Amino acid sequence: MNIEGKKAIWKDYQKEIADDKFYYVRSCVRQNFFPGSETAFLKIMREELKKDVYEHPCHTTCTGIGYHSDIVPVETTMTVVARQFALMTEAGYENLLPSCITSFGLYTEILDTWHHFPAVEEKVREQLKKATGREFEKPKNLAHASDVIYKFRKDIAAKAKYKLINKNTGEPLKVVDHIGCHYAKMFPSKGVGGAEYPYVLAGMVEEWGGKVVDYPERRHCCGFGFRQYLVQANRGFSVACSKEKFESMKPFKPDMIITNCPGCPMFLDRWQYVINEMEGKRYGQNGQGIPVFTYEEVAGLVLGYDPWDLGLQMHQTDCEPVLEKMGIEYDPDKKFNTDPITKKVNTQQLVNV
Amino acid sequence: MEAAGQLSKCGFEVSLVEKEKTTGGHLNDWYKLFPDRRSSTEVKEYLDGITLNNGINVLTNTTIEKFNKNRNHFLITTSGGKEMTADAVIVATGFELFKSSRKEEYGYGIYDNVITSSDLEEMFRNDRILMNNGDVPKTIGIVHCVGSRDEKVGNLYCSKLCCVTAVKQAIEIREHLPQTKVFCFYMDMRMGGAHYEELYREAQEEWGVNFIRGKVSEAGETINNRLVIKVEDTLAGRPLKMELDLLVLMAGMEMSDGGKKIALSAGLNTGDNRFFAATDHHYGSNRSNIDGIFYAGTCTAPMNITETISHARAAVSEVMDYLKDGRI
Amino acid sequence: MAEYNMEKFGYTISKGRQIDYESNDRRIADYIFEREPSFRLCIECGGCSATCTTGNLTKFSLRELHILIKRGENDQVMKNLRKCMLCGKCILVCPRGVNTRNIVVLAKQAFQKSGEYAI
Repeated sequence: MNIEGKKAIWKDYQKEIADDKFYYVRSCVRQNFFPGSETAFLKIMREELKKDVYEHPCHTTCTGIGYHSDIVPVETTMTVVARQFALMTEAGYENLLPSCITSFGLYTEILDTWHHFPAVEEKVREQLKKATGREFEKPKNLAHASDVIYKFRKDIAAKAKYKLINKNTGEPLKVVDHIGCHYAKMFPSKGVGGAEYPYVLAGMVEEWGGKVVDYPERRHCCGFGFRQYLVQANRGFSVACSKEKFESMKPFKPDMIITNCPGCPMFLDRWQYVINEMEGKRYGQNGQGIPVFTYEEVAGLVLGYDPWDLGLQMHQTDCEPVLEKMGIEYDPDKKFNTDPITKKVNTQQLVNV
Repeated sequence: MEAAGQLSKCGFEVSLVEKEKTTGGHLNDWYKLFPDRRSSTEVKEYLDGITLNNGINVLTNTTIEKFNKNRNHFLITTSGGKEMTADAVIVATGFELFKSSRKEEYGYGIYDNVITSSDLEEMFRNDRILMNNGDVPKTIGIVHCVGSRDEKVGNLYCSKLCCVTAVKQAIEIREHLPQTKVFCFYMDMRMGGAHYEELYREAQEEWGVNFIRGKVSEAGETINNRLVIKVEDTLAGRPLKMELDLLVLMAGMEMSDGGKKIALSAGLNTGDNRFFAATDHHYGSNRSNIDGIFYAGTCTAPMNITETISHARAAVSEVMDYLKDGRI
Repeated sequence: MAEYNMEKFGYTISKGRQIDYESNDRRIADYIFEREPSFRLCIECGGCSATCTTGNLTKFSLRELHILIKRGENDQVMKNLRKCMLCGKCILVCPRGVNTRNIVVLAKQAFQKSGEYAI
């Protein structure tokens, strides 16, 4: 493998990522299944990097799940997205920062549609006005939260307490980077590194001391889809997709998987349990599974946050093997701690409520 | 070279400007030529025979810096600082091979065992068809249409010669390595020249080359450094996964950079396919939009060597026609 | 196992439908290639299937069978071979001169000889 060849391609796909003053929109799946991730992200942005990240309390789902499942018609989705933009304009922000990859893909798609078909944009403006009385401006910059962490990865590395290195052998951890389909496959120019060899997560891994693993099914979808799992009988497709990936990456003996989409870690994590129940197969070393992380969790671990504050106890496939390898100190007894939280989380200034 | 040689035979004073250190262009890269697999050096010798030591002024390692037309004369300044005048000009800037690293999914320049057809010719010349680590490949795959017939890279045209080259190279691989299996992954088999279809039959009948209809979508590397490709076996209607030791990309033909520069500086028209646009498809395929400038060869469209030589002779005929009308 | 999964989870893991070239058994193909060299000439143009008597009336494609044999997808071939009526119309059409009728005969022989597949 000649890494120089990949670097040449990564140079071709660079995108504009805003520097500060972000308007954050949360993810349906990530908030619910990986709540520690979004909290960690905000903590890193506000406390470590001292950036202004604003969340409007009235913002809603982008309806990406509904749109991709054929439940919500596209005009409705566009109007809901327009409302999100309106709230952003009202709060005085221009840089949109979605937490979810599907949201990112949806916003990119809608902005592209409005660019090519201005008549549709006009219609949506009318509809929004009629429904809510709001008006909006389109965001000047649209970057996914992983793009921003990628942009500031060196700052995070500078503050890192731990590196992605196996403390017993001194070798970098072997990390599989899995990118959400909606990040770059639809619009390769909107993804850092393009669609073929995306660099957004690889850059983070390399900066933080790890080694990226390239395996044949790297480009394969994890199987999240939407229809594939919403209907129970279809879930076999989803599992088969994840299984294809696991079978392909197993010979490379990865230590962990890092993802940027909220759905991917959920599936790559949960389906390992299902595959084990159904077929008795496990893909990690020593008969364990391969721990799956979101990039916020990895950033948090690298900065030395407590794993249980990051929400790692919510993972189905145990994360302890990686914690041990990295040499992170944690208290196994506090894993399922039910004591009330005494620490106060840093809140934001509410604007225009 | 053919045009220069023929013009010289007719008694004209000819200067041949060549940007590399030897003449011959891509002919120097090929080892054996289709359809009969004769040696390329024989053709090179023929061309050298009519251009060298014949009174033709051959300037190698030289490019054209300035190009102007002044009424009926052309004023040319070369990179060596030399100034020349000409009554007529034949542009024969040839082609360049498509840069296969642009097809990111095949991993040229990234995976160790992905090479182009041109790299393979070099291996034939040195009689060393080996993988990157020096092992003998047991299974070789050939991908047709890399950089041709492809909207994603902006080349909608067919490069015409790659299918027959793939078949020729497949036979040559089987000649050198009888134990190695060869698979050609094609979209269509375009065997449009004399003896090409017979070569295809020979490849199947005598050499046991396998042909699978389907465009390879991607290549990946396994833990053993072998390549795994995904292709749909369209005639079976099912996707196919196969492991290969070596993957050969049939790179298409594109307009050369040198030609593009001359097109801009001289004001010559190019077509949608970025090659020079001749003024007429049927009876004026050597004529450009500027009187006195003519085209010869692959700078106008993908052509094989036979066609290039014929095209060059036709260009000479056009030049003589142009000059006899009293332009001198 | 599949039934247990269906009951417990409500679904089973879908099987891939890729032709896995590496692991397929090509002994039937090899048997035919040795005895009928013209099999190498087939370009899967479909002329044989077009004229085929059986293909006209049942789900039988001689062209598809040729490919499946070459790829080693023996199960599907075995099920379909008996449908051929051996009428020989296919040989009349083939532009490459493949003895398509003999391929069917040899394939049947190969399956019988290999024992695992009884026709």
